[in-house]
Amino acid sequence: MSQIHTYDVIIIGGGGAGLMAALYASQSAKTAVISKLYPIRSHTGAAQGGIGAALGNYEEDHWEWHAYDTVKGSDYLGDQDAIEFMCEQAIQSVYDLEHFGLPFSRTTEGRIAQRPFGGHTNNITGKPVRRSCYAADRTGHMILQTLFQQCVKNETVFFNEYHVMDLLIENGVTAGVVAIELSTGEIHIFRSKAVIFATGGHGRIWDITSNAYAYTGDGAAVLLRKGLPIEDMEFFQFHPTGILKLGILITEAVRGEGGVLINGKGERFMEKYAPNIKDLASRDVVSRAIYLEIKAGNGIDGKNYVYLDSRPDVINKFAAADGKTRPDGSPYLVTAKEITDKIPDITDFCRTYLGVDPVVDPMPVQPTAHYAMGGIPTNMYGEVIKDVNGTTVPGLYAAGECACVSVHGANRLGTNSLVDLVVFGKHAGIKAAEYANHNELQPLPNDADQFTNIQIQNLKNGSGKEKASHISSEMKKMMFDLVGVFRTEEGLTQAVQELKILRQRFLDVRVSDTNAVFNMELLSTWELGNMLDLALITAESALARKESRGAHAREDYAKRDDSNWMKHTMAWLEKDKVRLEYKPVVVTRFEPKERKY
Amino acid sequence: MEINLKIFRYLPNTGNKPHFDKYIMEVNPNDRVLDVLEQVRADSDPSLAYRRSCAHGVCGSDAMRINGRNMLACKVLVKDLGTSDITVEPILGLTVLRDLIVDMDPFFEHFRSVQPFFINNEPLPADGKERLQSPEARERFDDTTKCILCAACTTSCPSFWSNGSYVGPAAIVNAHRFIYDSRDTGAAERLGILNESMGVWRCRTAFNCTEACPRDIQITKAIAEVKQSIQTGKLD
Repeated sequence: MSQIHTYDVIIIGGGGAGLMAALYASQSAKTAVISKLYPIRSHTGAAQGGIGAALGNYEEDHWEWHAYDTVKGSDYLGDQDAIEFMCEQAIQSVYDLEHFGLPFSRTTEGRIAQRPFGGHTNNITGKPVRRSCYAADRTGHMILQTLFQQCVKNETVFFNEYHVMDLLIENGVTAGVVAIELSTGEIHIFRSKAVIFATGGHGRIWDITSNAYAYTGDGAAVLLRKGLPIEDMEFFQFHPTGILKLGILITEAVRGEGGVLINGKGERFMEKYAPNIKDLASRDVVSRAIYLEIKAGNGIDGKNYVYLDSRPDVINKFAAADGKTRPDGSPYLVTAKEITDKIPDITDFCRTYLGVDPVVDPMPVQPTAHYAMGGIPTNMYGEVIKDVNGTTVPGLYAAGECACVSVHGANRLGTNSLVDLVVFGKHAGIKAAEYANHNELQPLPNDADQFTNIQIQNLKNGSGKEKASHISSEMKKMMFDLVGVFRTEEGLTQAVQELKILRQRFLDVRVSDTNAVFNMELLSTWELGNMLDLALITAESALARKESRGAHAREDYAKRDDSNWMKHTMAWLEKDKVRLEYKPVVVTRFEPKERKY
Repeated sequence: MEINLKIFRYLPNTGNKPHFDKYIMEVNPNDRVLDVLEQVRADSDPSLAYRRSCAHGVCGSDAMRINGRNMLACKVLVKDLGTSDITVEPILGLTVLRDLIVDMDPFFEHFRSVQPFFINNEPLPADGKERLQSPEARERFDDTTKCILCAACTTSCPSFWSNGSYVGPAAIVNAHRFIYDSRDTGAAERLGILNESMGVWRCRTAFNCTEACPRDIQITKAIAEVKQSIQTGKLD
């Protein structure tokens, strides 16, 4: 018999969005956080370069500029009401984090330090603006630590290493969740008035990825099985600078500090693709440029990578050529020590994994799967919506990378993931608590744990003809080749077919481990099922979208097509079939125009 | 290259004693030890249990004892071990729950005991903006902000092995991070906690913690600074 716990608000996921939600929900409602990891292990901690907010600590900046840059970065697919809300709220959110004790790097005046980042501009000159508020190159680590520390202070209730496998909905209203306790294998039912999903992304679908092992799209997959849709799954960001083969992220801050991308001919090739802001163009643009250089035989030694060069003489040479200056107007000149001090973790990664020092040798990089723009559809209050008309599911919320508000549209700007999770985590927490204080618990459904037990039994009772590890590696390679930076009708059609076969083969996997204590095989096999579902929806959504927009680049439909495709995809999974519908983009003040950097 | 791999195994509730599983495997010298463990799970034994997430040394999940030293499995390459004989065991001083997974609760209890959170009840700046802090004041505690709570330090500490009630280096590092933050006002209270019998004086300056830290934090130095502040009452 499963144990039953009762709360007002249950939050699933202990990363930035989940902890922010917990801090605000717990102010007025009995709240608990359930996380499959210790919260401090969450992937927010891997974010490096900064959090965007128009503080203007060095130079003129406005949240409206941040909003325009975000809309443009989204390739006009982001919902502009939500984007305006986020960029305005970003400023207060960064001050909130500082008031929580976050150790930001500082200006000489003692204010929060800011650096340039891809796609963030002065809207009048079009030149890069210092908007990314940072703590060295470990801003996400500091956010995660600071929020966790505040939760310790507030005595937030955590259920660590519990894996949520099902959402309970009764009479169309949220009733709770069901989870497995990893240390015992026992099933727990969590009754609650409100549930907030903050479960992170699904970048482990791809072979070369910057994402943690935990990033398997669990939240979206659970909702799909309840007949709820997911939004804009064809838009997945490939970050231009992952460490060759490993995919480990090299932050855009390296380019913010003056680093440049160099091809096999020794050319700074971004001059061709983005004459105005060059290496600081937005990520989709840079990833495509790298891909095209490699395809044209311009990779290093003709291979599938380019160099990211942050040696001081190279930085200074190109800074002089660009006429780049420091905030006081003097020429931009850096020393090796200044570079190393600003990117200490990157220096450490390069020494550990590549045996190179980034101020002595260039870094070999290739695009790496990085961020889900798509996910669980919500409105700007974090309320989950279930159809193209914006109908909400009472008591159900989502925030952070697992959610699609949509503020990132077809391509997210660097720094906006951290903005997203603090702003929408906070507001989802406030909204969920408000809801809980005005509504009653739903009756617990009969056999509330039944579907969870069925899922577990299915994993244990497969024929064993197939191995999970084979299916997983086939899926990842195929997704990287066919549903990656560039896509074609032929490749996507093949991907859909192969994914359907892989999902069939998955039914013949059997979890061999029978021990209940920390059965990690059971967990990872269930996660593989989630990834297969999301991969199929990604491929189907991409096949249907016959245009190129943001991170979705079709070789056979190379142009953006606003008259037919300026709309969000909503996808339902109905057994083996994916059903697609579309809903309009919210436009406030920024009319679509061609995107140039 | 070919390696001789030994992995500690313990399956609770089976009546089987803890033992080592042995594998002779072909691996790439550039593989992380974590990649090797993933290879075992994929090809040989999917029941092998350990924690891991980010796989590049920032989440702190996979601290293990590798050839007798605490490391993150994702932050050490096979070639950097300097041998083809590789032994992987759980970190010491915490109860093994299964295979390479230990009970982390006592570790986090020690962390919680030192008030590891920002304390300042004074009014916020009138403009609602950030509290000011000079770059030098920020630099003062930079080293200890890097901690990822992986427990590699605490579980390499002989004082912790002999007495699990000792708060341990990781907790002191996290107290240090706030004690020397010019914006924080809780230093006296934290120094009081660390002056108790299970506080900093259990440290015998073995330097194991500093050597084990995958973030290169100068832990022994941080502990010495806390000891000195307790004695002098000064925070500089």
